[in-house]
Amino acid sequence: MGYEINHHLSPGILMAYAAGTLPEAFNLMVASHLSLCDQCRAEAESYEALGGEVLAETPGNAVTMSDGALEATLALIAGGPVEAPKVASHPPGVLPQPLQDYVGGDIDAIDWKPVGMGVKQAILPTSSEASARLLFIPAGAAMPDHSHHGVEMTMVLQGAFQDEDGYFARGDVEIADADLHHTPVADIHEDCICLAVTDAPLKFRGLLPKIAQPFLRI
Amino acid sequence: MLTSLDTTAQPGITEVRGQKTPRGNGLAGSGTQSLVTTSSNTDTRMQWVSHMARIRDAQDRAAFAELFGHFAPRIKGFLMKSGADASLAEECAQDVMATVWLKSHLFDPSRASVATWIFTIARNRKIDILRREKRPEPEDLPWGPEAEPEASDVLALQQESDILGRALQALPPAQRELVEKAYFGDMSHSEIAGETGLPLGTIKSRLRLALDRLRHAMS
Repeated sequence: MGYEINHHLSPGILMAYAAGTLPEAFNLMVASHLSLCDQCRAEAESYEALGGEVLAETPGNAVTMSDGALEATLALIAGGPVEAPKVASHPPGVLPQPLQDYVGGDIDAIDWKPVGMGVKQAILPTSSEASARLLFIPAGAAMPDHSHHGVEMTMVLQGAFQDEDGYFARGDVEIADADLHHTPVADIHEDCICLAVTDAPLKFRGLLPKIAQPFLRI
Repeated sequence: MLTSLDTTAQPGITEVRGQKTPRGNGLAGSGTQSLVTTSSNTDTRMQWVSHMARIRDAQDRAAFAELFGHFAPRIKGFLMKSGADASLAEECAQDVMATVWLKSHLFDPSRASVATWIFTIARNRKIDILRREKRPEPEDLPWGPEAEPEASDVLALQQESDILGRALQALPPAQRELVEKAYFGDMSHSEIAGETGLPLGTIKSRLRLALDRLRHAMS
């Protein structure tokens, strides 16, 4: 793949993704990471294997199908594929395919909104339980110091950032909970683009960002 | 948490051919003597795999009827446990089984057991119907020149699945119930994921090999 990923998703998140119980924004994060990381993809598939065993090997949970169910199903099959035609896949780019599906293309297609100090963001359309957004941090710039109400996950797509937890480059995911106060600083060599998902609004510690927060919708 | 998943030794997989009993060295946290005999074994799994091939290659209705008889009630039960009412679960289960036929050409038995593949279809349908959300999926890894998987890889994956299935059944009831709840959607996964002692490390290694092979075929 040409680069090494050092910060991976946690087993709990991968299991929840395999089980299908995560909010959409977190599913988007996981699908994007798995597109870049075979190690986590294999781990997620092992949890799908466990799901298969739970489905098939708990006969006590089986519920009798109605009379004529098989015939009804064969009729469905005769009717051909019912699903909508798949969205055309985008050429490989900075954004992995799952993200390109939400953006409608690669980074050129992102609808950035400036949020001050050269930082830009684009909120992606997901269900409201959790939010997903792309962040653009100019090379060498710092994000405002902030902590979290809930869980925030940030994955680097381009460039890199450094904070109290380490150095994060393409494919790396930082998982932050309510205890972590951090000040990510983008690497000076390239503008940094990240996917950030959270299940609660961020809280900023400085006065100005706090006032700005309702307008930022983050 | 990660380490408890990785502590299971990688068993020598390649030398095992057509052998019914699983090797015990991949089982963490459950004695090999405690394995219960059930209808589930590698032979049964390989039969489901060949049923899938008969559906794909010959539109074999008899094979589909057997698959349906086994899996449809399980899918229905899974969906009801996940919060669907009986009629919705019935409709979805039929839908899932129709998809199994219509997408049979996409099933890769060196990557998944039939049960696992059906589970992923049912899970996606559940998200679609119960939560009305789309589910982002990772990028497809397109097949290279070696489209048909090696028979030895298929057998090895099905054997790994069998070891996992038996280990799940060998769990103490309370712990097994926790795992089930995680998949039905009312448990914190971070608590469970690292602590089941299930031999996930072995199947993970095998899946990793399959992905490496795919990447190799692409380049």
